[in-house]
Amino acid sequence: MKIYKNTGNIDTRSGFGAGLAELGKSNPDVVALCADLTGSLKMDEFKDNHPERFFQIGIAEANMIGIAAGMTIGGKIPFTGTFANFSTGRVYDQIRQSVAYSGKNVKICASHAGLTLGEDGATHQILEDLGLMKMLPGMTVINTCDYNQTKAATLAIAEYEGPVYLRFGRPKVANFTPEDQKFEIGKAVHLTEGNDVTIIATGHLVWEALEAAKILDEKGISAEVINIHTIKPLDETAILKSIRKTKCVVTAEEHNFLGGLGESVARTLTLNHPAPQEFVATNDTFGESGEPLMLLDKYGLNAKAITEKAEAVILRKE
Amino acid sequence: MSTTQHLQDFVTQVRRDILRQVHQVNSGHPGGSLGCAEYFSVLYQDVMEYSKNFDMDGKNEDLFFLSNGHISPVFYSVLSRSGFFPVEELKTFRKIDSRLQGHPTTHEGLPGIRIASGSLGQGMSVAIGAALTKKLNKDSHLIYSLHGDGELQEGQNWEAILYAGSKGVDNLIATIDYNKKQIDGATDDVLPLGNLKKKFEAFDWKVIELKAGNDIAAIKGALEEAKGLTGKKQPVVILMETEMGNGVDFMMGTHAWHGKAPNDEQLEKALSQNPETLGDY
Repeated sequence: MKIYKNTGNIDTRSGFGAGLAELGKSNPDVVALCADLTGSLKMDEFKDNHPERFFQIGIAEANMIGIAAGMTIGGKIPFTGTFANFSTGRVYDQIRQSVAYSGKNVKICASHAGLTLGEDGATHQILEDLGLMKMLPGMTVINTCDYNQTKAATLAIAEYEGPVYLRFGRPKVANFTPEDQKFEIGKAVHLTEGNDVTIIATGHLVWEALEAAKILDEKGISAEVINIHTIKPLDETAILKSIRKTKCVVTAEEHNFLGGLGESVARTLTLNHPAPQEFVATNDTFGESGEPLMLLDKYGLNAKAITEKAEAVILRKE
Repeated sequence: MSTTQHLQDFVTQVRRDILRQVHQVNSGHPGGSLGCAEYFSVLYQDVMEYSKNFDMDGKNEDLFFLSNGHISPVFYSVLSRSGFFPVEELKTFRKIDSRLQGHPTTHEGLPGIRIASGSLGQGMSVAIGAALTKKLNKDSHLIYSLHGDGELQEGQNWEAILYAGSKGVDNLIATIDYNKKQIDGATDDVLPLGNLKKKFEAFDWKVIELKAGNDIAAIKGALEEAKGLTGKKQPVVILMETEMGNGVDFMMGTHAWHGKAPNDEQLEKALSQNPETLGDY
């Protein structure tokens, strides 16, 4: 199987910061707004180089989303930055009415998503944001897997007209996708070819899926790993093509199984090609404080958990 | 500049439009709409500079944002009679397949609308955003916005009021429809707003108190004064004291008509107090 090399652990949020800094130079319409988390969101470079296009809103996320919506009127492309929890749940109605329903070209960029935020605990570890965002009509929902992909996605969403939710995270994780990749919104990325099981992963769990594929390979099981960075619109064609071949699937995400990628895949299968599916996701629970890797292990969101679910789903094939 | 007679005729016709819109679908919000008929008429007929060829970006135009979207009947009437869309379209208010949704939206592409509103408390932030973009674009035109007084109970307003004052967003003229009434009764009974003038001043806004918020000349004066205060590192707010249900005797002095449509008989009576001027739709 194809082996991916980790070129060095780095956080996905730094990919966002690097992408935003590049946009600062390349696109004069891009403006950035932050709710008192400039350092955490890695927005410093943009802020330092383009102070006139950087807006410190303070700890007032609802106002930030509204201002961003207003700034689109006159042609600006606002990128808002705060934690995923405060980017979605806290401001759902503002996003719903002023951004999504109003069809505004706002890029909601959200860091520290999921359990891997770690020690701050459940108040900050949102595991429902993908569901919240994917339910909004017209919202594009992206969850990138590593530094390079997050940077590429940040550049790509500036070129796309319409509201976008871009989700990334806090911890330093493997960086393995190509530096020069072209990010295509809504296009699945095939990482490994396999015949026995399809593993569809998003965000931090893509690397875990690749690690699982290696373990499975040693056991004589060939896994096809697909990186779904865009949860909405979902690349149903790629998903169905793979599952028609492997006849079963494991979905993996750092999110509640309710409302996440897994449910979107399940709907696609139910409508088109029913097949056994197992979910690697949190099980309708809040998180808790702890070290990110220990949390992923406790809540069953790592290579080990993906491997176990892959073996289980294969047994369910007819 | 519009003549006073023209503005008076315009307001009377707008009142008829409001009443007929809500009557025909037996729903909608006549009270606040009637209370702001003069404000909208002065703004769109006399004060704002704008193009009738609607363009979402509105560069080099003054822009208006309605935060208390439930008074859509007055907004729709004034937009249509200011040339944004055919007056005939008022017939479709709140009906299926209409661009005139219960609350204003960009979603159906109605010219003149730049943001959806209805869920309260969001318009101030949006207006600030549009004002910031005007500054970035070196566009000296102004942003106008209207907010209900009861709406100020929504916390997002105070985030926005703090931001605009602290950051000196001085190309924004917000107006508060200060009718002191909301659905459940008087704002003083529901949740008193206290001294709004002092509150805005404490947030570093310039405050204009407009006691005669249903008087065309007074509104014009307040808006002109407000324009004169822009560009001085402070946002401007007009506390516009209006009468809910203004122009229809039995709708005035009560909150009862906030969100209730007149029946046939009541419509007849209300229209007789406001004879047709510019032609009904």
